[in-house]
Amino acid sequence: MNPTDQASAQQAFEQIQLNRDGKLKHFLTTEGLDRDTLTHILETAESFMGASDQGLKKVPLLRGRTVANLFFENSTRTRTTFELAAKRLSADVLNIDIQRSATAKGESLLDTLNNLQAMLCDMFVVRHAESGAAHFVAQHVAPHVSVINAGDGRHAHPTQAMLDMFTIRRFKGDFRQLSVAIVGDIVHSRVARSQIHALKILGVPDIRAVGPTTLVPQELQEMGVSVYRDLASGLADVDVVIMLRLQNERMSGALLPSTGEYFRQYGLDNRRLKYAKPDAIVMHPGPTNRGVEIDGAVADGAQSVILKQVTYGIAVRMAVMSIAMGNTAAGEQP
Amino acid sequence: MIFADTARTEAMLDDMTEKLRESLGDQLESSAMIGIHTGGVDVASALHKRLGLSAPLGMLSISFYRDDFSRIGLHPTVGATDLPQNLEDRTVILVDDVLYSGRTVRAALNEIFDYGRPARVLLACLVERSGHELPIRADVAGASVDLGPNQQIKLQTDPLMLHLEGEPT
Repeated sequence: MNPTDQASAQQAFEQIQLNRDGKLKHFLTTEGLDRDTLTHILETAESFMGASDQGLKKVPLLRGRTVANLFFENSTRTRTTFELAAKRLSADVLNIDIQRSATAKGESLLDTLNNLQAMLCDMFVVRHAESGAAHFVAQHVAPHVSVINAGDGRHAHPTQAMLDMFTIRRFKGDFRQLSVAIVGDIVHSRVARSQIHALKILGVPDIRAVGPTTLVPQELQEMGVSVYRDLASGLADVDVVIMLRLQNERMSGALLPSTGEYFRQYGLDNRRLKYAKPDAIVMHPGPTNRGVEIDGAVADGAQSVILKQVTYGIAVRMAVMSIAMGNTAAGEQP
Repeated sequence: MIFADTARTEAMLDDMTEKLRESLGDQLESSAMIGIHTGGVDVASALHKRLGLSAPLGMLSISFYRDDFSRIGLHPTVGATDLPQNLEDRTVILVDDVLYSGRTVRAALNEIFDYGRPARVLLACLVERSGHELPIRADVAGASVDLGPNQQIKLQTDPLMLHLEGEPT
């Protein structure tokens, strides 16, 4: 793909997310959205947290609507939190087990979608190993249907990025004062890509990418991040440390010598955490590989907010679903 | 144009305070007062202070209970719901600035009942105006007024006063 095609493909991604009033209709990527849209998501999530802190777990916003979870790639936590979020909005939820569904029997993705639409589904939550899958779905759904990307290939995982932004905002406040380090396999990570876009949009002045050349290529600088090769300088005085999962398949691909060697160089233990500010928080999108990218003592330690991220993930997904569904429904009005 | 200047608004609040004392009697002290964001919270704080209630003021954000979600989507959320007291079997004084269609109060009632089952809910509004769309009336109102559909009462805070906008048709 030449650069012009790439740019126009990216624009198509960004455009299709918005309704004719410029409001979020599908949530496919954080890239290209404006600060107001992201802030609206964070503030709405804050209201849902407030309601749940008050003991109110369920609100009637999406009563009578049906959300279908289409997970072509397994992810128990993401699917569960999407399911809980939809249920706490009073929606009905269908979990389509793709491995056992008609798609596995050769039905095309579009046939599956059309059948679900014929069952009057209002929202598809899509996770797929191919980059662009959620975008493809969004291009083909009926106008009343909203699509949420729950992770597509190496491209984007926007709700994970937004729950990370929510976590950072809750613990650290003003984005415009922060230094954030992302450590690990950034080049293959849809989470990191979505995080970097969101952090930039929200005005974080110092975003660092830390890791070996094979996982953190120098070209990442073009995304507006500073590249660091060692933890000591990469973590120096940061407010937020985001550790990424080291995927086992990278080990066989000759990108890294061994997991032990990786931990020696880039694993986060309590000694190395001291490079960061004393009140820095440690985040991880999960599931963690203890002893590979993060030491158990750090994952369970006082500075870890990893389980908070999971809790916040429900409120953030409630926010995204209700905003997107509301704007989709409103866009249907004459 | 000014509908009620600060002195008049304060007098309306004094009047509401008296009416609430009368209708609640010795239940007043154990009542929970709840203001609806945003104007209702301002009116409720003024009443709460006048009544000298010891229990903290509750606040209700009805964004997740509105009936126009399918037509205009999710409203920007204003404030957050904060109910410091258990509402179970308690008398609730629900406060808003202006009672118009009644839809806000309908949403607030639904939300309140998701938190608990109050013994009784009283509705107190600074202004009750014409244009009701639901069978909801104020138990206590500072003023009642007939207005056209293009007219609006707006609450100004600090100091509290009321403005009348739009033309009668």
